[in-house]
Amino acid sequence: MSWLNKAASDTQITHRSRLWLYCLATVIMLLLVIPTFIVIPMSFSDSQYLEFPPKVWSLRWYEEYIGSAKWMRATATSLKIAVLTMLVATPLGTMAAYALFVSGHRAARAVFVLLITPMIVPVILIAIGTFYAFGKMGLNNSITGLVLAHTALATPLVMIVITAALRSYDLDQERVARSLGATRLQAFFVITLPQIKFSVITSALLAFLTSFDEVIVSIFVSGGKTATLTKHMFSALRDYIDPTIAAISTIMVLISTILLLVTQRIGSRKKPD
Amino acid sequence: MSLDHSSDSALPIKISGLTKKYGDMYALDAVDLDIKSGEFLTLLGPSGSGKTTLLMAIAGFNRPDAGSIRFADQEMILYPPHRREVGMVFQSYALFPHMTVAENIAFPLKLRKVSVEECALRVEEALQTVQLDGLGARNIDQLSGGQRQRVALARAFVFRPRILLMDEPLSALDKKLRERMQIELKQLHRQLGVTTVYVTHDQREALTMSDRIAVINHGKLVQVDTPEAIYNAPANAFVADFIGESTLLPLSLGGGDQLYFGDQSIATVQAAVSAQGGTENNQGWSLVVRPERLLVLDKNSSSSQPLINGFAFDGIVFGGTIRESVFQGESAFLIVALASGADSSGVDVAVRFSTGKAANIESLANGQQIELGLHREDVIVIPQEAD
Amino acid sequence: MAASAGSRLKHADALKRQNRLEQWTLLGLAAPALVVIVLVVLIPVGWLFYLSFLGGDGQFSLENYQKMLKYKSYARTFMTTFQVSILTTLICILIGYPLAYFLAQLPNRIAGLFMLTVLLPFWTSLLVRTYAWLVLLQRKGILNDFAIQIGLWDSPVKLVHNMTGTLIGMAHIMLPFLVLPLYNAMKKIDRDLMQAASNLGATPTRAFWQIYFPLSMPGMVAGSLIVFVLCLGFYVTPAVLGGGRVIMVATQITAILENQYDWGAASALGVVLLVATILVLILASRLFKLDSALFGKG
Repeated sequence: MSWLNKAASDTQITHRSRLWLYCLATVIMLLLVIPTFIVIPMSFSDSQYLEFPPKVWSLRWYEEYIGSAKWMRATATSLKIAVLTMLVATPLGTMAAYALFVSGHRAARAVFVLLITPMIVPVILIAIGTFYAFGKMGLNNSITGLVLAHTALATPLVMIVITAALRSYDLDQERVARSLGATRLQAFFVITLPQIKFSVITSALLAFLTSFDEVIVSIFVSGGKTATLTKHMFSALRDYIDPTIAAISTIMVLISTILLLVTQRIGSRKKPD
Repeated sequence: MSLDHSSDSALPIKISGLTKKYGDMYALDAVDLDIKSGEFLTLLGPSGSGKTTLLMAIAGFNRPDAGSIRFADQEMILYPPHRREVGMVFQSYALFPHMTVAENIAFPLKLRKVSVEECALRVEEALQTVQLDGLGARNIDQLSGGQRQRVALARAFVFRPRILLMDEPLSALDKKLRERMQIELKQLHRQLGVTTVYVTHDQREALTMSDRIAVINHGKLVQVDTPEAIYNAPANAFVADFIGESTLLPLSLGGGDQLYFGDQSIATVQAAVSAQGGTENNQGWSLVVRPERLLVLDKNSSSSQPLINGFAFDGIVFGGTIRESVFQGESAFLIVALASGADSSGVDVAVRFSTGKAANIESLANGQQIELGLHREDVIVIPQEAD
Repeated sequence: MAASAGSRLKHADALKRQNRLEQWTLLGLAAPALVVIVLVVLIPVGWLFYLSFLGGDGQFSLENYQKMLKYKSYARTFMTTFQVSILTTLICILIGYPLAYFLAQLPNRIAGLFMLTVLLPFWTSLLVRTYAWLVLLQRKGILNDFAIQIGLWDSPVKLVHNMTGTLIGMAHIMLPFLVLPLYNAMKKIDRDLMQAASNLGATPTRAFWQIYFPLSMPGMVAGSLIVFVLCLGFYVTPAVLGGGRVIMVATQITAILENQYDWGAASALGVVLLVATILVLILASRLFKLDSALFGKG
């Protein structure tokens, strides 16, 4: 094990004297990941109680989930809202991020801060606030209301991702395009957008997940026929542990993992070094 | 078909009263500038002088507060960049990395709905002009710095703009390549004949390439003239200092009309005033001494008459002590503390001379007394700065 | 000359108009997003603010705020909220710092791979993660089984529906928020500095504490701040893993609404939460000059 005695850092510390760090980091990383994946084997258990490892394997809870009109409707609602949120928040956030980045105006920074307030204001406040205000506007229990609220939560994320992309992008390219005869709009769509498209896709996926995973606003603003998956899951969790949730969780973990891997692939293709 | 479509497409630019303020600071302070048709004009100044602001205003990326920019008879100041028909090369090149070399160059042609065949033809032609034949299919990241520079250039002139603007296009290249590109750019300009405005902070580059140089500082044009005139007759201390090396020697007004350095009569006030275009000046005058214009006079001349290489020298003579001698290959220079009669503080001047065997550098040791000569024709007197 | 003065200001009005038009166009691009934020955040939160100052009779009153001083349950809630937030932040620092340090020492490619272990929880529904901890920590859960099997303790220990469970779950959920900015800050530390320190004879430990650690502080402060502020308003995890025993502000707000439908009291509590959050942010940015650390990353 000769590598153990090699220098591990700039201060010439050896790998041997660093072993504790490697062990600690491994344990922490396992602790981070295991709780996410532990639900997968459990979802295939036949038991009413959550046991690990399952004694009898079965697809019982998946059948339960797919067979339940309540769960199916909630899933459809959540997907619908998440897709709509993605479709609204991505262009809105991209437009705003671009405009504020390009404008050298004094007010641009203030507007930026205003637009990311949903990240600063505690979500519980947005939840009860929209619940109250939407009540007056007749938007509670409506898809429109939920999409609107989720868009507000997702837009700041889109803006931060796009602003970061624009920072590492050379705006002179857009200027050159304009000097060569392109209008501002043409320059954006033909030159800028193709180069930040991976960030746009990443931000769209984030917007989708933000909505799909959102709990608190959904608890208040959604209900009845528009109740989201997370709203049902939350009440199921708080009141009793329904093993169906293990099956649903597994599906959600898979969705997240796939989306994460997609963005990672995109990221590594963007920078081939 | 040749690229020489010069005479019909070059346009003169007439800038007047161009003003741009950032807060309390003037980036452009009522700038007036006439650029001749087909001319290569360089905007030269230190960073923050307003040279790039001026260029960007001509291109339409920087909106001034007031003023006028005319291309020939047409007022352009309210036109957006894409309607100005101006080719532009940026410092960063700003090539489109998601397009090939050919696609980059074809970009302005496609916007102008040029037919596919003609587009291909003109791209090929442009590639030839910048000596990149056959590289059209390359991706941008497969190109060297110099090649990128050429692609940016080709893209800027392929649509036959009436005006070409360049913002420090060579600053990212290493010294050797930069010097080669300077010559190539100059040749290209002659071939295209297009009015060219070039921004740089490198005075050598400006001297090498320009038909005329506009020296700019604090948002104001300080002097606009040919490289020779700017070098030989700088308008003030800023220009004298910024272009070429120089030392300023303060002059004192002696008897009558004479300006003195120590007890040496340098020039008459009347000559100084007329050299400055008749500008009156009551701040006093300075002598601009360029290192290569100073001559090392023969030592130990037994006669009272100063000699240079054995011949009589009837110019201005300064006495001094060598403080440092530096060998630099093709040339060498001395730093000489002048024994100025007037104030004892003493002024250091640099003397540059080419290193032939005859120069006999070994004999010029530190601490030695030396006599320096300056031909009367090389006397440059400028008004002192009011500070 | 008057004539020349006139020509000096040529096109000034037209240029000013053009400039204004451009700025308004750009603002127009941001307008849809602004409308959404105003509709969903500013108006509703403003409305709550208004409600918090209405008494039972519909007149202006401070009674909702006075209630907070009068009843001990409020004080307890605030205490719990701060306690949970501070403890969660501390746990995150203790666990997150070594992890970020470990990742920052690795070559980029490998670090990117290990970083997935931080990013995956980040991208996974917090409800799912909360659920997973509920399953892991319950009386007959995996952790208790495992601990009894290896003889750590004899009978099942109560790990969930209390403060312990809440803290474990919260720390797990918040950890990525600390590790990501901390990792970014560590990556920016100039490696030559550490090399120079060791060449000058500093022991690795000394070099770490005197150079590396102070330089990583901006990232740590930014990350801790994000964690702390998020904790203050957290709802889901304490509600599920606390099992009604860990009452934080957000939990109490919903309880007030569900049980008493008292909008004034709930709003007042919300306003205090918001003010506390903003105060923490302002204080921290004053203390640590956080602007760049918070908004300049990435």
